[in-house]
Amino acid sequence: MTHDADILIVGGGLNGPALALALAKGGLRVALMDAQPLEHLRSDTFDGRAYALALASVRALGALGIWAQIADHAQPILQIKASDGRPGEGIAPFFLQFDHAEIEEGPMGHMIEDRYLRRALLDAMAETPGIQHHPGETVTAQQVTGAGVQVTLASGRMLSARMLVGCDGRNSPTASRAGIARTGWDYGQTALVCAIRHDLPHHGCAHQLFLPAGPLAILPLPGNRASIVWSEETARAEALHHADGATYLAALRPRFGSFLGEIALDGKRFAYPLRLTLANSFIAPRLALVGDAAHGVHPIAGQGLNLGLRDVAALAQVLIEATRRGEDFATQPVLERYQQWRRFDTAVLALGTDLFNRLFSNDNPALRMGRDLGMGIVSALPGLRRHFIREAAGLTGDLPRLMQGRAI
Amino acid sequence: MQTTIDPGEVAKFEAMAAEWWDPNGKFKPLHMLNPCRLDYITRQIAAEFDRDLSAPAPFKGLRILDIGCGGGLLSEPMARLGADVVGADAAERNIPVAQVHAQAQGLEIDYRHTTAEAMAAAGEAFDVVLNMEVVEHVADPLAYLTACQQLLKPGGLMICSTINRNSKSYVMAIIGAEHVMRWLPKGTHEWSKFITPDELYDLIRKAGLSPVDRKGFVFNPLRWDWLLSERDLSVNYVTASVKR
Repeated sequence: MTHDADILIVGGGLNGPALALALAKGGLRVALMDAQPLEHLRSDTFDGRAYALALASVRALGALGIWAQIADHAQPILQIKASDGRPGEGIAPFFLQFDHAEIEEGPMGHMIEDRYLRRALLDAMAETPGIQHHPGETVTAQQVTGAGVQVTLASGRMLSARMLVGCDGRNSPTASRAGIARTGWDYGQTALVCAIRHDLPHHGCAHQLFLPAGPLAILPLPGNRASIVWSEETARAEALHHADGATYLAALRPRFGSFLGEIALDGKRFAYPLRLTLANSFIAPRLALVGDAAHGVHPIAGQGLNLGLRDVAALAQVLIEATRRGEDFATQPVLERYQQWRRFDTAVLALGTDLFNRLFSNDNPALRMGRDLGMGIVSALPGLRRHFIREAAGLTGDLPRLMQGRAI
Repeated sequence: MQTTIDPGEVAKFEAMAAEWWDPNGKFKPLHMLNPCRLDYITRQIAAEFDRDLSAPAPFKGLRILDIGCGGGLLSEPMARLGADVVGADAAERNIPVAQVHAQAQGLEIDYRHTTAEAMAAAGEAFDVVLNMEVVEHVADPLAYLTACQQLLKPGGLMICSTINRNSKSYVMAIIGAEHVMRWLPKGTHEWSKFITPDELYDLIRKAGLSPVDRKGFVFNPLRWDWLLSERDLSVNYVTASVKR
């Protein structure tokens, strides 16, 4: 029987298009369904969203032909400073500083605004043969048949393929329809995300401040701008999110002191309730989950998109290698290889960031002293520092070929 | 039908035929070994016939014979890669099992209840003969390998895998696989029929082929999968030979 494509991808965020590109470059035919309409996807106004791409993710985007299109808009992260601060105190005296000069690979990562990354992915999809893009289409049903999988779209249209991939986020309807349950918990915190303009230059330095209410990340954007990820207890965060800009800024200002000079909002503000959510399985018959659909982690280390791109690289490699040896890629033994590759890594990071957050979102004096001591030790040991830098750059673990910047 | 296969051996595999396609069933060890076997087979064929594995249908135009095809674990991948495949098995019951499965996959494969000797006598000719985990089950390995040689066109390639004969292979393949892990039914293998790599090279040369490569299939208990090894041919191993 003939299918509309080899693989159907549900969800056109960032992982979906990246996966479509990786698979199509490996000779597979892909159809991608995206609930968002195309005009919305192509919008070029800055909406306040930006991503911290680890070095390995930058390499993967390079291998997919995306990085060359967006490199001019990216801000390299040359330094990371992590410190244990309290509101009003600004940057604390004890801090950890990681400099890219300590590893030979170059900047640890880059900041890129959503609008540039999204449009580069859309352009590449349009130019790559073997990709059908269905924007503005919602999947209403999916069914595994003997020879493949079939989805029904809200428009009434039906599409069939050999397998289905859910890239549809942390509440993944694709996973629910496949009967995959999730495990997780609420942190009682909400992340406030926005971009700011500031008077003084940031020198490519990213800051992570561990405040009692939750971590605050200040990530450099091109020019005198920064992306802010600011976690607060949910009730307070909700109040701030709905408050006017002046009230919001008045609450934000004392949290990181005056080292960037005067600040102003740039673009929209977002609020994301923080939950750890892990799918109990990353695979089902003729189905795989990628990114937040498989694992929504705490954004404390900015690892959501980086983890998602690792899933993309691993799944594409497993499926393309299976195809090249003549295997039916949509079978349980093949999908099991993807799950084995990604689950351990994901669980370690999810639990690690969770533990980290619990340790740091705390004003207990004993814990504060322990933290400062721990930071001092890491600061003093070059080997340990280099390990942290490599970890932040995404260079540790069993790296898929794309994450090494190589074609599959 | 003239055959070099022990009737007792054929009966053992017939009893297992219905289980072929369950990755967690009785043929689990073959399913686990399959990616590693396929990596070797596809790379050897691509190198010998100058094919690009990243291109669509890279084996188009190649005629491949899969001897002892069983349920089609190797025949189907070869057909997916574009080859014209004949799957031969001396166990009659395997043929309909393989046919039904290939049909469900939308693959065209010519499955036949026959032997290498009978096909050679009928003058059949192939670019590639896959002779995987068969030679340790035949009564007369030299007569069998000679039939394989006759089945190859000049310039053709034979891939032959089997199990080494030493104390380690006895422990791993018979005690380990059949008794401890129960991956294979007891009595699947007779250790005395195992062949060392040098003995196999010798037999292949006597049959009129030139051996060109050999590698080990090594089980890695940490990763729980099989890897190709340049040096470790102590239990499972594979060879490539050409007809000059």
